[in-house]
Amino acid sequence: MLNLLLLPAAFLAVTIISGCGGKQEKKSVASGDAPGKVYVAPGKLDKYYEFLSGGFSGQVSVYGLPSCRLLKVIPVFAVNAENGYGFTEESKNMLNSTHGNIPWDDSHHPELSMTDGKPDGRWLFINSNNTPRIARIDLSTFRTAEIIEIPNSGGCHASPFTTENTDYVVAATRFSVPIEGNKDVPINTYKENFKGTLTFVKVDKTTGNMGIGFQILMPGFDYDLAHSGKGPSSGWFFFSCYNSEQAHTLLEANASQNDKDFIVAVNYKKAEEYLAQGKGKDFACKYYHNTLDEKTHSVNSEVLSGVKMLDPKDCPGLLYLMPCPKSPHGADVDPTGEYIVGGGKLATVIPVFGFSKIQKAIEAKDFIGDVNGIPILKYESVMAGEVQKPGLGPLHTEFDGKGFAYTSFFVSSEVVKWKLGTWEVVDRIPTYYSIGHLSIPGGDSKSPWPDYLLAMNKITKDRYLLTGPELNQSAQLIDITGEKMKILYDFPTVGEPHYAQGLPADLVMNHQVKVFKLEDNKHPYACLNEKDARVERKGNEVHVYMTSVRSHFVPDNIEGVKVGDVVYFHVTNLEQDWDTPHGFAVKGSTSSELLIMPGETQTLKFTPKEADIYPFYCTDFCSALHQEMQGYMRVSPANSNVALTFSTGK
Amino acid sequence: MKKSSAVLIAIACLAMIVSLFVPLWTVTLEAPQYPEGLILEIWLNKLGGQVDIISELNHYIGMKKISVEMFPEFEYMRTILLGVVISGLLVAILRKKWLFVFWFVVFFGIAALGIYDFWSWEYDYGHNLDPRAAIKIPDMYYQPPLLGCKQLLNFNACSFPATGGWIVILSGTLSFLVFAYELFFNKKRSHK
Repeated sequence: MLNLLLLPAAFLAVTIISGCGGKQEKKSVASGDAPGKVYVAPGKLDKYYEFLSGGFSGQVSVYGLPSCRLLKVIPVFAVNAENGYGFTEESKNMLNSTHGNIPWDDSHHPELSMTDGKPDGRWLFINSNNTPRIARIDLSTFRTAEIIEIPNSGGCHASPFTTENTDYVVAATRFSVPIEGNKDVPINTYKENFKGTLTFVKVDKTTGNMGIGFQILMPGFDYDLAHSGKGPSSGWFFFSCYNSEQAHTLLEANASQNDKDFIVAVNYKKAEEYLAQGKGKDFACKYYHNTLDEKTHSVNSEVLSGVKMLDPKDCPGLLYLMPCPKSPHGADVDPTGEYIVGGGKLATVIPVFGFSKIQKAIEAKDFIGDVNGIPILKYESVMAGEVQKPGLGPLHTEFDGKGFAYTSFFVSSEVVKWKLGTWEVVDRIPTYYSIGHLSIPGGDSKSPWPDYLLAMNKITKDRYLLTGPELNQSAQLIDITGEKMKILYDFPTVGEPHYAQGLPADLVMNHQVKVFKLEDNKHPYACLNEKDARVERKGNEVHVYMTSVRSHFVPDNIEGVKVGDVVYFHVTNLEQDWDTPHGFAVKGSTSSELLIMPGETQTLKFTPKEADIYPFYCTDFCSALHQEMQGYMRVSPANSNVALTFSTGK
Repeated sequence: MKKSSAVLIAIACLAMIVSLFVPLWTVTLEAPQYPEGLILEIWLNKLGGQVDIISELNHYIGMKKISVEMFPEFEYMRTILLGVVISGLLVAILRKKWLFVFWFVVFFGIAALGIYDFWSWEYDYGHNLDPRAAIKIPDMYYQPPLLGCKQLLNFNACSFPATGGWIVILSGTLSFLVFAYELFFNKKRSHK
């Protein structure tokens, strides 16, 4: 009850303090040599890549640390007219789902692929929270290479955390929903009809391609975050959950009644054994799997059906519930793999579970009850320690690999450093304001790179020049090399980052694609030579096989198109030089532009409505004669006899 | 001709075989927007490096698209070098001074002709510009240097021997030293 009072009180405090901010002269909280530590001189490169989720932007933003310079925004779950993602004929299938083509989602947790428990720089996975999906981004091209839909799920939040060697990425439903049989049920039958699922998505070791391995049918809680075990806890996965009350309305009160919710410990090696024994039930469902073909630069969608569902009732030893105070968010495993830290957002302590204690308790059957046959372990038996009076609203913990943990506190708006084993708080630093997640490069892996901590905040207020009522979220870079944490820098972010992961730049820089080789281009409408550029009519479809090279299109004069035709501009960028993209836009197009990388083919679909002359041009300043890179398409009335002709330079 | 002279000539000739398989000359181009540089390699029988990219840039100032067809020399240059090598080896075996002198003069004649040929291609490439070029600067010509560096608009063009060129130069120098020795220091035994 104390917490429920504290929460609004703390909010009020934040409001009052920042409300007065305008009148006070704000002092910089950075001190000493902070400028020198973030200054990356012109022409010099950053030490780390840091990948931030975009939250409601649906994308991933990439920053360099320590400069905090924005390097790129990667379109993932939202269309991006800037480069045609989601609009072009090639890319639009990436956003297909059983609900149709979805132009937006809420991207939450970036997770780097790992080898031996360390980020390896090959891929980045990220979940969409609203319509459950997981995307894989190829870090050699910084493009979304694949999206798989998660069936039997009401929202994908505890995702896409990876195992030590990226055998699996996981997805757990944030909203429990009816899963089996009739779904048209009264909402107040939640307790009998609503269920959760944990999904283990298998990842191919060489291609990275994802496929649903299996699902586990769960009690109707809200599953929040997760982490894979490592080292001694290899083969286990830990999921936090709230709403063990199973409320279906006014969750802010009704799901905050129990003193403890749960962290679910899953023995996924055992799950593999049960699957091999045929315990997985065939569960009818449909889901989309969209993959980018590197040879055609096009996305193929396939509809897959059915998953193997494990029911814990048939699988003893698969799951255990660990009571965790209270409404936990983070379930974070330390670099040694022994400690699992719960981030009980309404708790007054940080509970830490010991993996060896969990094993002993399971062996001794030290249970205090069960939920649908899933044993509940005794809290005191599995608890390795509690950090006392750490702050208010603990959310998420990362590690420095030197025996310290760093936990974010939303309500008291701070990062707290504490020692594993002794559970004592050793330092705390304010954040501006109300931190959600934090990130240390490799901070959830076996061996973190403990130079910097990035604090990602939910409230911005007066941190930057004002931009009306809608403000960007704020982030602070904190130096964690010394005993005391020091703030280094403060910058606005893209969207609302819910988590970030970073790694040393070399691991990504050493395999960057600079151009797509023309000889590898197998796009069915590619035109690899100006001599082959042409316009073909197929009924009312007009296909323009167009080439672009500094500084002209072939063809750049097209006649004989009629109202009622659908025109496909298939533009191939013939350049093979580094950093020579060409753009393409046509007047009156209701789609996006094209932004075509060297050696690539992209297609703009255009349906002219009226007889007219339609100019088109290159949108990416490509050369000294970029402005001259333009052309015309003549569109004649539907009944006209103008012959289909095309040319350049005639 | 002294035996050691013959051995040195044989070494020079055998070394030049390597030149058949490596680039002879490199022209590097650097500009503000090309910090990584562009490279044109000239082999005995082909072009290497970023030929298409260089052509793409040069078409603005009306320079021709660089292509293998511009160099009919590619058809026979390897044969000529191979001829120099084989004849040089024969000279080394026969050890006749007059034959060596004759071989040396022919070798240097061919080298001089080759350099002149390369220069004249560079002259044509840099001077013979398309009158419809987008960028025209009065009295500006774009002949790349034969040896050394030269600023051509935004590009600094540097032309230097590559591995094959260096081998030929070293072999030539060695042959010249043997030639000088045989002609001026080995008079007594010349008729042996």
